[in-house]
Amino acid sequence: MGDFDYAVIWNNLPFLWEGLKLSLWLTFLAIIGGIVLGTGLALMRLSGFLPLSLFAATYVNLIRSVPLILVIFWFYFLVPLAIGRPIGGFYSALIAFVMFEAAYYSEIIRAGIQSVRQGQVHAGQATGLSYWQIQRYVVLPQAFRNMIPILVTQGIILFQDTSLVFVVSLRDFMTVSSIVARTEGRLVEMYVFAAIIYFIICFAGSMFVRRLQKAKTA
Amino acid sequence: MEYNWNWSVLWADPYLGWLISGVQWTFAVALAAWVIAFALGILIGVGRTLPNKPIAFICTCYVELFRNVPLLVQMFIWYFAVPEIMPDDVGRWMKRDMPNPEYVTAVVALGLYTASRVAEQVRAGIQAVGKGLTSAAYANGFSTAQTYRYVLLPISFRLIVPPMTSEFLTIFKNSSLALTIGLLELTAQSQQIAEFTFQGFEAFTAATVIYVCIALMATVIAQSLEKFTKIPGFVGKG
Repeated sequence: MGDFDYAVIWNNLPFLWEGLKLSLWLTFLAIIGGIVLGTGLALMRLSGFLPLSLFAATYVNLIRSVPLILVIFWFYFLVPLAIGRPIGGFYSALIAFVMFEAAYYSEIIRAGIQSVRQGQVHAGQATGLSYWQIQRYVVLPQAFRNMIPILVTQGIILFQDTSLVFVVSLRDFMTVSSIVARTEGRLVEMYVFAAIIYFIICFAGSMFVRRLQKAKTA
Repeated sequence: MEYNWNWSVLWADPYLGWLISGVQWTFAVALAAWVIAFALGILIGVGRTLPNKPIAFICTCYVELFRNVPLLVQMFIWYFAVPEIMPDDVGRWMKRDMPNPEYVTAVVALGLYTASRVAEQVRAGIQAVGKGLTSAAYANGFSTAQTYRYVLLPISFRLIVPPMTSEFLTIFKNSSLALTIGLLELTAQSQQIAEFTFQGFEAFTAATVIYVCIALMATVIAQSLEKFTKIPGFVGKG
Protein backbone atom coordinates (compact mmCIF):
# COMPACT_ATOMS: atom_id res chain seq x y z
CA MET A 1 0.00 0.00 0.00
CA GLY A 2 3.11 2.22 0.24
CA ASP A 3 2.82 3.48 -3.31
CA PHE A 4 -0.75 4.68 -2.99
CA ASP A 5 -0.92 7.58 -5.44
CA TYR A 6 -3.06 10.42 -4.12
CA ALA A 7 -2.14 12.71 -7.00
CA VAL A 8 -4.24 10.73 -9.45
CA ILE A 9 -7.33 11.52 -7.38
CA TRP A 10 -6.35 15.14 -6.86
CA ASN A 11 -5.62 15.76 -10.57
CA ASN A 12 -8.92 14.28 -11.69
CA LEU A 13 -11.07 15.82 -9.00
CA PRO A 14 -13.13 18.12 -11.32
CA PHE A 15 -13.90 15.18 -13.64
CA LEU A 16 -14.89 12.97 -10.68
CA TRP A 17 -17.05 15.74 -9.27
CA GLU A 18 -18.95 15.96 -12.58
CA GLY A 19 -19.66 12.23 -12.27
CA LEU A 20 -20.81 12.52 -8.67
CA LYS A 21 -23.12 15.40 -9.59
CA LEU A 22 -24.72 13.24 -12.28
CA SER A 23 -25.17 10.37 -9.79
CA LEU A 24 -26.82 12.66 -7.24
CA TRP A 25 -29.01 14.37 -9.80
CA LEU A 26 -30.13 11.02 -11.22
CA THR A 27 -30.86 9.77 -7.69
CA PHE A 28 -32.86 12.89 -6.84
CA LEU A 29 -35.01 12.80 -9.98
CA ALA A 30 -35.56 9.05 -9.72
CA ILE A 31 -36.67 9.36 -6.07
CA ILE A 32 -39.23 12.02 -7.00
CA GLY A 33 -40.47 10.10 -10.04
CA GLY A 34 -40.43 6.79 -8.19
CA ILE A 35 -42.47 8.11 -5.27
CA VAL A 36 -45.04 9.80 -7.54
CA LEU A 37 -45.48 6.75 -9.76
CA GLY A 38 -45.24 4.43 -6.74
CA THR A 39 -48.05 6.31 -4.98
CA GLY A 40 -50.18 5.91 -8.11
CA LEU A 41 -49.46 2.18 -8.23
CA ALA A 42 -50.21 1.77 -4.52
CA LEU A 43 -53.54 3.60 -4.85
CA MET A 44 -54.40 1.46 -7.88
CA ARG A 45 -53.53 -1.69 -5.96
CA LEU A 46 -55.74 -0.66 -3.03
CA SER A 47 -58.52 0.84 -5.17
CA GLY A 48 -60.73 -2.24 -4.89
CA PHE A 49 -61.35 -2.02 -8.66
CA LEU A 50 -60.17 -5.37 -9.98
CA PRO A 51 -58.63 -4.45 -13.39
CA LEU A 52 -56.64 -1.60 -11.81
CA SER A 53 -55.40 -3.56 -8.82
CA LEU A 54 -54.58 -6.55 -11.02
CA PHE A 55 -52.58 -4.34 -13.38
CA ALA A 56 -50.65 -2.73 -10.52
CA ALA A 57 -49.96 -6.08 -8.85
CA THR A 58 -48.72 -7.62 -12.09
CA TYR A 59 -46.47 -4.66 -12.84
CA VAL A 60 -44.96 -4.57 -9.37
CA ASN A 61 -44.33 -8.32 -9.21
CA LEU A 62 -42.90 -8.39 -12.71
CA ILE A 63 -40.44 -5.58 -12.07
CA ARG A 64 -39.46 -6.98 -8.70
CA SER A 65 -38.50 -10.33 -10.14
CA VAL A 66 -36.02 -9.07 -12.76
CA PRO A 67 -32.56 -7.56 -12.17
CA LEU A 68 -32.12 -3.79 -12.51
CA ILE A 69 -29.45 -4.25 -15.19
CA LEU A 70 -31.96 -6.06 -17.37
CA VAL A 71 -34.48 -3.24 -16.83
CA ILE A 72 -31.82 -0.70 -17.86
CA PHE A 73 -31.09 -2.71 -21.03
CA TRP A 74 -34.83 -2.92 -21.72
CA PHE A 75 -35.38 0.82 -21.56
CA TYR A 76 -32.22 1.67 -23.46
CA PHE A 77 -33.64 -0.47 -26.20
CA LEU A 78 -37.33 0.46 -25.89
CA VAL A 79 -37.35 4.20 -25.27
CA PRO A 80 -35.69 5.29 -28.54
CA LEU A 81 -37.82 2.75 -30.40
CA ALA A 82 -41.05 4.04 -28.85
CA ILE A 83 -40.21 7.73 -29.32
CA GLY A 84 -38.73 7.20 -32.75
CA ARG A 85 -35.48 9.06 -32.11
CA PRO A 86 -32.60 8.74 -29.64
CA ILE A 87 -33.09 10.92 -26.55
CA GLY A 88 -29.72 10.42 -24.92
CA GLY A 89 -28.47 8.05 -22.29
CA PHE A 90 -29.41 10.15 -19.29
CA TYR A 91 -33.14 10.24 -20.01
CA SER A 92 -33.28 6.55 -20.93
CA ALA A 93 -31.55 5.74 -17.64
CA LEU A 94 -33.84 8.08 -15.73
CA ILE A 95 -36.96 6.45 -17.19
CA ALA A 96 -35.57 2.99 -16.38
CA PHE A 97 -34.87 4.00 -12.77
CA VAL A 98 -38.26 5.64 -12.27
CA MET A 99 -40.09 2.60 -13.67
CA PHE A 100 -37.93 0.21 -11.62
CA GLU A 101 -37.94 2.05 -8.31
CA ALA A 102 -41.68 2.84 -8.54
CA ALA A 103 -42.34 -0.88 -8.02
CA TYR A 104 -40.31 -0.88 -4.80
CA TYR A 105 -41.70 2.45 -3.61
CA SER A 106 -45.27 1.30 -4.26
CA GLU A 107 -44.80 -1.65 -1.87
CA ILE A 108 -43.48 0.70 0.82
CA ILE A 109 -46.30 3.17 0.25
CA ARG A 110 -48.93 0.42 0.20
CA ALA A 111 -47.75 -0.78 3.60
CA GLY A 112 -47.75 2.82 4.80
CA ILE A 113 -51.32 3.41 3.62
CA GLN A 114 -52.43 0.16 5.26
CA SER A 115 -50.84 1.29 8.52
CA VAL A 116 -53.34 4.17 8.71
CA ARG A 117 -56.23 2.93 10.77
CA GLN A 118 -59.50 2.17 8.99
CA GLY A 119 -61.34 4.42 11.49
CA GLN A 120 -59.64 7.44 9.91
CA VAL A 121 -61.19 6.59 6.54
CA HIS A 122 -64.60 6.05 8.11
CA ALA A 123 -64.34 9.37 9.93
CA GLY A 124 -63.52 11.04 6.62
CA GLN A 125 -66.49 9.41 4.94
CA ALA A 126 -68.77 10.41 7.84
CA THR A 127 -67.62 14.01 7.46
CA GLY A 128 -68.73 13.88 3.84
CA LEU A 129 -65.30 13.91 2.17
CA SER A 130 -64.94 12.36 -1.29
CA TYR A 131 -62.56 9.45 -1.99
CA TRP A 132 -59.87 11.82 -3.32
CA GLN A 133 -60.30 14.24 -0.41
CA ILE A 134 -59.87 11.39 2.06
CA GLN A 135 -56.67 10.25 0.33
CA ARG A 136 -55.36 13.80 -0.02
CA TYR A 137 -56.13 15.18 3.45
CA VAL A 138 -56.44 12.14 5.74
CA VAL A 139 -54.70 8.97 4.56
CA LEU A 140 -51.63 10.04 2.57
CA PRO A 141 -50.31 12.69 5.01
CA GLN A 142 -50.37 10.20 7.87
CA ALA A 143 -49.06 7.37 5.71
CA PHE A 144 -46.10 9.42 4.45
CA ARG A 145 -45.19 10.56 7.94
CA ASN A 146 -44.96 6.90 9.02
CA MET A 147 -42.96 5.97 5.96
CA ILE A 148 -40.27 8.66 5.92
CA PRO A 149 -37.46 6.51 7.39
CA ILE A 150 -38.11 3.63 4.96
CA LEU A 151 -38.43 6.03 2.03
CA VAL A 152 -35.04 7.53 2.87
CA THR A 153 -33.52 4.04 3.21
CA GLN A 154 -34.86 3.19 -0.23
CA GLY A 155 -33.32 6.45 -1.47
CA ILE A 156 -29.91 5.29 -0.23
CA ILE A 157 -30.36 1.95 -2.01
CA LEU A 158 -31.36 3.88 -5.13
CA PHE A 159 -28.18 5.97 -4.90
CA GLN A 160 -26.13 2.76 -4.78
CA ASP A 161 -28.16 1.38 -7.68
CA THR A 162 -27.31 4.36 -9.89
CA SER A 163 -23.77 2.95 -10.12
CA LEU A 164 -25.26 0.35 -12.48
CA VAL A 165 -25.57 2.89 -15.30
CA PHE A 166 -21.96 1.80 -15.78
CA VAL A 167 -23.34 -0.98 -18.00
CA VAL A 168 -24.52 1.60 -20.55
CA SER A 169 -21.46 3.86 -20.09
CA LEU A 170 -23.43 6.82 -18.78
CA ARG A 171 -20.87 9.02 -17.00
CA ASP A 172 -21.93 8.80 -13.38
CA PHE A 173 -19.45 8.69 -10.49
CA MET A 174 -18.77 4.97 -10.95
CA THR A 175 -18.19 5.18 -14.69
CA VAL A 176 -15.99 8.25 -14.33
CA SER A 177 -13.93 6.58 -11.60
CA SER A 178 -13.36 3.56 -13.79
CA ILE A 179 -12.42 5.75 -16.77
CA VAL A 180 -9.77 7.47 -14.64
CA ALA A 181 -8.68 4.11 -13.22
CA ARG A 182 -8.06 2.72 -16.68
CA THR A 183 -6.56 5.74 -18.44
CA GLU A 184 -4.17 6.45 -15.55
CA GLY A 185 -3.53 2.77 -14.81
CA ARG A 186 -4.41 3.37 -11.16
CA LEU A 187 -7.05 0.73 -10.45
CA VAL A 188 -6.47 0.29 -6.73
CA GLU A 189 -6.53 4.00 -5.87
CA MET A 190 -9.61 4.82 -7.92
CA TYR A 191 -11.81 1.91 -6.86
CA VAL A 192 -10.89 2.32 -3.19
CA PHE A 193 -11.59 6.05 -3.52
CA ALA A 194 -14.98 5.34 -5.13
CA ALA A 195 -15.81 2.90 -2.33
CA ILE A 196 -14.89 5.49 0.32
CA ILE A 197 -17.04 8.19 -1.25
CA TYR A 198 -20.04 5.87 -1.64
CA PHE A 199 -19.53 4.66 1.91
CA ILE A 200 -19.43 8.17 3.39
CA ILE A 201 -22.60 9.25 1.62
CA CYS A 202 -24.57 6.06 2.33
CA PHE A 203 -23.38 5.75 5.93
CA ALA A 204 -24.31 9.37 6.63
CA GLY A 205 -27.70 8.63 5.08
CA SER A 206 -28.29 5.59 7.29
CA MET A 207 -27.26 7.55 10.40
CA PHE A 208 -29.85 10.13 9.40
CA VAL A 209 -32.47 7.35 9.09
CA ARG A 210 -31.58 6.11 12.56
CA ARG A 211 -32.17 9.59 13.96
CA LEU A 212 -35.51 9.81 12.18
CA GLN A 213 -36.55 6.48 13.64
CA LYS A 214 -35.54 7.56 17.13
CA ALA A 215 -37.47 10.80 16.75
CA LYS A 216 -40.52 8.82 15.66
CA THR A 217 -40.52 6.36 18.54
CA ALA A 218 -39.63 8.96 21.18
CA MET B 1 -42.86 2.04 -34.02
CA GLU B 2 -41.04 0.08 -36.74
CA TYR B 3 -39.90 -3.34 -35.65
CA ASN B 4 -39.39 -6.65 -37.44
CA TRP B 5 -40.56 -9.44 -35.21
CA ASN B 6 -38.59 -12.63 -35.34
CA TRP B 7 -39.13 -14.86 -32.35
CA SER B 8 -37.43 -17.76 -34.05
CA VAL B 9 -33.98 -16.32 -33.27
CA LEU B 10 -34.45 -17.62 -29.75
CA TRP B 11 -34.47 -21.19 -31.04
CA ALA B 12 -31.79 -20.65 -33.65
CA ASP B 13 -28.25 -21.91 -33.29
CA PRO B 14 -26.17 -20.59 -31.48
CA TYR B 15 -28.52 -18.26 -29.59
CA LEU B 16 -30.48 -20.96 -27.77
CA GLY B 17 -27.18 -22.37 -26.55
CA TRP B 18 -26.15 -18.91 -25.31
CA LEU B 19 -29.34 -18.57 -23.30
CA ILE B 20 -28.97 -22.01 -21.75
CA SER B 21 -25.35 -21.37 -20.83
CA GLY B 22 -26.42 -18.00 -19.38
CA VAL B 23 -29.01 -19.66 -17.16
CA GLN B 24 -26.42 -22.18 -15.99
CA TRP B 25 -23.96 -19.43 -15.03
CA THR B 26 -26.69 -17.47 -13.24
CA PHE B 27 -27.54 -20.51 -11.15
CA ALA B 28 -23.89 -21.38 -10.58
CA VAL B 29 -23.08 -17.87 -9.30
CA ALA B 30 -26.23 -17.43 -7.23
CA LEU B 31 -26.14 -20.82 -5.52
CA ALA B 32 -22.42 -20.77 -4.70
CA ALA B 33 -22.66 -17.19 -3.41
CA TRP B 34 -25.68 -18.17 -1.32
CA VAL B 35 -23.63 -20.83 0.48
CA ILE B 36 -21.08 -18.18 1.51
CA ALA B 37 -23.76 -15.60 2.34
CA PHE B 38 -25.80 -18.02 4.42
CA ALA B 39 -22.93 -19.41 6.48
CA LEU B 40 -21.11 -16.12 7.03
CA GLY B 41 -24.34 -14.14 7.44
CA ILE B 42 -25.51 -16.36 10.31
CA LEU B 43 -22.13 -16.06 12.08
CA ILE B 44 -22.07 -12.28 11.74
CA GLY B 45 -25.75 -11.82 12.59
CA VAL B 46 -25.32 -13.89 15.76
CA GLY B 47 -22.07 -12.06 16.50
CA ARG B 48 -23.84 -8.71 16.49
CA THR B 49 -26.19 -9.85 19.25
CA LEU B 50 -23.53 -11.39 21.52
CA PRO B 51 -22.87 -9.81 24.92
CA ASN B 52 -19.14 -9.77 24.00
CA LYS B 53 -18.61 -6.13 22.94
CA PRO B 54 -15.51 -6.45 20.71
CA ILE B 55 -17.05 -9.28 18.67
CA ALA B 56 -20.35 -7.41 18.34
CA PHE B 57 -18.45 -4.28 17.23
CA ILE B 58 -16.44 -6.12 14.57
CA CYS B 59 -19.60 -7.73 13.20
CA THR B 60 -21.37 -4.35 13.12
CA CYS B 61 -18.43 -2.87 11.20
CA TYR B 62 -18.63 -5.69 8.67
CA VAL B 63 -22.33 -5.12 8.06
CA GLU B 64 -22.01 -1.32 7.76
CA LEU B 65 -19.01 -1.58 5.44
CA PHE B 66 -20.53 -4.10 3.03
CA ARG B 67 -24.01 -2.58 3.03
CA ASN B 68 -22.95 0.98 2.35
CA VAL B 69 -20.75 0.36 -0.69
CA PRO B 70 -22.51 -0.50 -3.97
CA LEU B 71 -22.11 -4.13 -5.03
CA LEU B 72 -20.64 -2.99 -8.35
CA VAL B 73 -17.79 -1.18 -6.58
CA GLN B 74 -17.15 -4.25 -4.42
CA MET B 75 -17.12 -6.45 -7.51
CA PHE B 76 -14.47 -4.19 -9.13
CA ILE B 77 -12.37 -4.04 -5.99
CA TRP B 78 -12.25 -7.84 -5.75
CA TYR B 79 -11.54 -8.19 -9.44
CA PHE B 80 -9.15 -5.32 -10.20
CA ALA B 81 -7.75 -4.04 -6.91
CA VAL B 82 -7.30 -7.07 -4.65
CA PRO B 83 -4.80 -8.91 -6.94
CA GLU B 84 -2.69 -5.70 -6.96
CA ILE B 85 -2.46 -5.27 -3.19
CA MET B 86 -1.86 -8.95 -2.43
CA PRO B 87 1.74 -10.12 -1.88
CA ASP B 88 3.44 -10.57 -5.26
CA ASP B 89 3.15 -14.38 -5.51
CA VAL B 90 -0.51 -14.47 -4.54
CA GLY B 91 -1.34 -11.51 -6.81
CA ARG B 92 0.39 -13.13 -9.77
CA TRP B 93 -1.41 -16.39 -9.13
CA MET B 94 -4.78 -14.58 -8.97
CA LYS B 95 -4.10 -12.79 -12.25
CA ARG B 96 -2.59 -15.67 -14.22
CA ASP B 97 -3.33 -19.09 -12.82
CA MET B 98 -6.57 -18.87 -10.88
CA PRO B 99 -9.14 -21.02 -12.70
CA ASN B 100 -12.28 -19.16 -13.84
CA PRO B 101 -11.27 -15.79 -12.33
CA GLU B 102 -14.54 -14.05 -13.28
CA TYR B 103 -16.64 -16.78 -11.72
CA VAL B 104 -14.64 -17.04 -8.50
CA THR B 105 -14.56 -13.26 -8.06
CA ALA B 106 -18.28 -12.90 -8.71
CA VAL B 107 -19.11 -15.61 -6.19
CA VAL B 108 -16.83 -14.13 -3.51
CA ALA B 109 -18.05 -10.55 -4.04
CA LEU B 110 -21.73 -11.47 -4.19
CA GLY B 111 -21.40 -13.89 -1.26
CA LEU B 112 -19.66 -11.44 1.06
CA TYR B 113 -22.07 -8.64 0.11
CA THR B 114 -25.18 -10.77 0.65
CA ALA B 115 -23.74 -12.04 3.94
CA SER B 116 -24.18 -8.53 5.35
CA ARG B 117 -27.84 -8.57 4.32
CA VAL B 118 -28.41 -12.06 5.73
CA ALA B 119 -26.70 -10.97 8.96
CA GLU B 120 -29.22 -8.15 9.36
CA GLN B 121 -32.12 -10.59 8.98
CA VAL B 122 -30.58 -12.98 11.51
CA ARG B 123 -30.00 -10.16 13.98
CA ALA B 124 -33.57 -8.91 13.56
CA GLY B 125 -34.84 -12.47 14.08
CA ILE B 126 -32.86 -12.96 17.28
CA GLN B 127 -33.98 -9.60 18.63
CA ALA B 128 -37.59 -10.43 17.77
CA VAL B 129 -37.50 -13.43 20.10
CA GLY B 130 -37.63 -10.97 22.95
CA LYS B 131 -35.81 -10.29 26.18
CA GLY B 132 -38.22 -12.39 28.25
CA LEU B 133 -37.14 -15.74 26.82
CA THR B 134 -33.44 -14.82 27.04
CA SER B 135 -33.80 -13.81 30.68
CA ALA B 136 -35.77 -16.98 31.38
CA ALA B 137 -32.97 -19.06 29.86
CA TYR B 138 -30.30 -17.30 31.94
CA ALA B 139 -32.49 -17.63 35.05
CA ASN B 140 -32.57 -21.38 34.44
CA GLY B 141 -28.79 -21.42 34.55
CA PHE B 142 -28.18 -21.70 30.78
CA SER B 143 -24.82 -20.49 29.54
CA THR B 144 -24.75 -18.00 26.65
CA ALA B 145 -23.97 -20.85 24.24
CA GLN B 146 -26.86 -22.90 25.57
CA THR B 147 -29.24 -19.94 25.37
CA TYR B 148 -28.42 -19.55 21.68
CA ARG B 149 -28.42 -23.27 20.96
CA TYR B 150 -31.69 -24.18 22.66
CA VAL B 151 -33.74 -20.96 22.78
CA LEU B 152 -32.73 -18.08 20.50
CA LEU B 153 -31.60 -19.86 17.33
CA PRO B 154 -34.39 -22.44 17.03
CA ILE B 155 -37.05 -19.73 17.36
CA SER B 156 -35.38 -17.00 15.33
CA PHE B 157 -34.47 -19.29 12.41
CA ARG B 158 -38.12 -20.14 12.01
CA LEU B 159 -39.13 -16.49 12.29
CA ILE B 160 -36.77 -15.30 9.53
CA VAL B 161 -37.77 -17.78 6.84
CA PRO B 162 -39.87 -15.22 4.87
CA PRO B 163 -37.21 -12.47 4.68
CA MET B 164 -34.50 -15.05 3.99
CA THR B 165 -36.35 -16.42 0.99
CA SER B 166 -36.59 -12.90 -0.36
CA GLU B 167 -32.81 -12.55 0.08
CA PHE B 168 -32.43 -15.84 -1.78
CA LEU B 169 -34.38 -14.38 -4.68
CA THR B 170 -32.35 -11.15 -4.54
CA ILE B 171 -29.10 -13.06 -4.93
CA PHE B 172 -30.32 -14.38 -8.30
CA LYS B 173 -31.08 -10.84 -9.44
CA ASN B 174 -27.78 -9.49 -8.10
CA SER B 175 -25.84 -12.24 -9.86
CA SER B 176 -26.46 -10.20 -13.04
CA LEU B 177 -23.74 -7.80 -11.83
CA ALA B 178 -21.21 -10.50 -12.69
CA LEU B 179 -21.54 -9.34 -16.29
CA THR B 180 -19.59 -6.18 -15.40
CA ILE B 181 -16.45 -8.29 -14.90
CA GLY B 182 -17.08 -10.31 -18.04
CA LEU B 183 -19.03 -13.33 -16.85
CA LEU B 184 -21.63 -14.20 -19.49
CA GLU B 185 -24.60 -14.98 -17.30
CA LEU B 186 -28.25 -14.70 -18.35
CA THR B 187 -28.55 -10.90 -18.65
CA ALA B 188 -25.23 -10.65 -20.49
CA GLN B 189 -26.22 -13.38 -22.93
CA SER B 190 -29.55 -11.71 -23.72
CA GLN B 191 -27.73 -8.42 -24.32
CA GLN B 192 -25.28 -10.22 -26.57
CA ILE B 193 -28.09 -11.84 -28.55
CA ALA B 194 -29.71 -8.41 -28.90
CA GLU B 195 -26.46 -6.99 -30.28
CA PHE B 196 -25.82 -9.84 -32.70
CA THR B 197 -29.34 -10.19 -34.10
CA PHE B 198 -30.86 -6.71 -33.55
CA GLN B 199 -33.82 -8.60 -32.03
CA GLY B 200 -33.63 -6.84 -28.66
CA PHE B 201 -37.30 -7.30 -27.87
CA GLU B 202 -37.17 -11.09 -28.24
CA ALA B 203 -33.84 -11.45 -26.44
CA PHE B 204 -34.82 -9.35 -23.41
CA THR B 205 -38.24 -10.99 -23.27
CA ALA B 206 -36.58 -14.40 -23.07
CA ALA B 207 -34.36 -13.26 -20.18
CA THR B 208 -37.30 -11.60 -18.42
CA VAL B 209 -39.45 -14.73 -18.69
CA ILE B 210 -36.64 -16.88 -17.29
CA TYR B 211 -36.08 -14.51 -14.34
CA VAL B 212 -39.84 -14.49 -13.65
CA CYS B 213 -39.84 -18.29 -13.66
CA ILE B 214 -36.97 -18.31 -11.16
CA ALA B 215 -38.92 -15.86 -8.99
CA LEU B 216 -42.08 -17.99 -9.19
CA MET B 217 -40.11 -21.10 -8.29
CA ALA B 218 -38.56 -19.34 -5.31
CA THR B 219 -41.99 -18.11 -4.20
CA VAL B 220 -43.50 -21.59 -4.33
CA ILE B 221 -40.60 -23.04 -2.36
CA ALA B 222 -40.83 -20.14 0.09
CA GLN B 223 -44.53 -20.68 0.71
CA SER B 224 -44.20 -24.39 1.44
CA LEU B 225 -41.16 -23.71 3.62
CA GLU B 226 -43.10 -21.05 5.51
CA LYS B 227 -46.00 -23.41 6.11
CA PHE B 228 -43.61 -26.06 7.35
CA THR B 229 -41.62 -23.78 9.67
CA LYS B 230 -44.38 -21.53 10.96
CA ILE B 231 -44.49 -21.37 14.77
CA PRO B 232 -48.07 -21.77 15.99
CA GLY B 233 -49.02 -18.84 18.19
CA PHE B 234 -46.44 -16.40 16.79
CA VAL B 235 -48.10 -13.75 14.64
CA GLY B 236 -46.01 -14.47 11.53
CA LYS B 237 -44.02 -11.22 11.76
CA GLY B 238 -40.23 -11.31 11.95
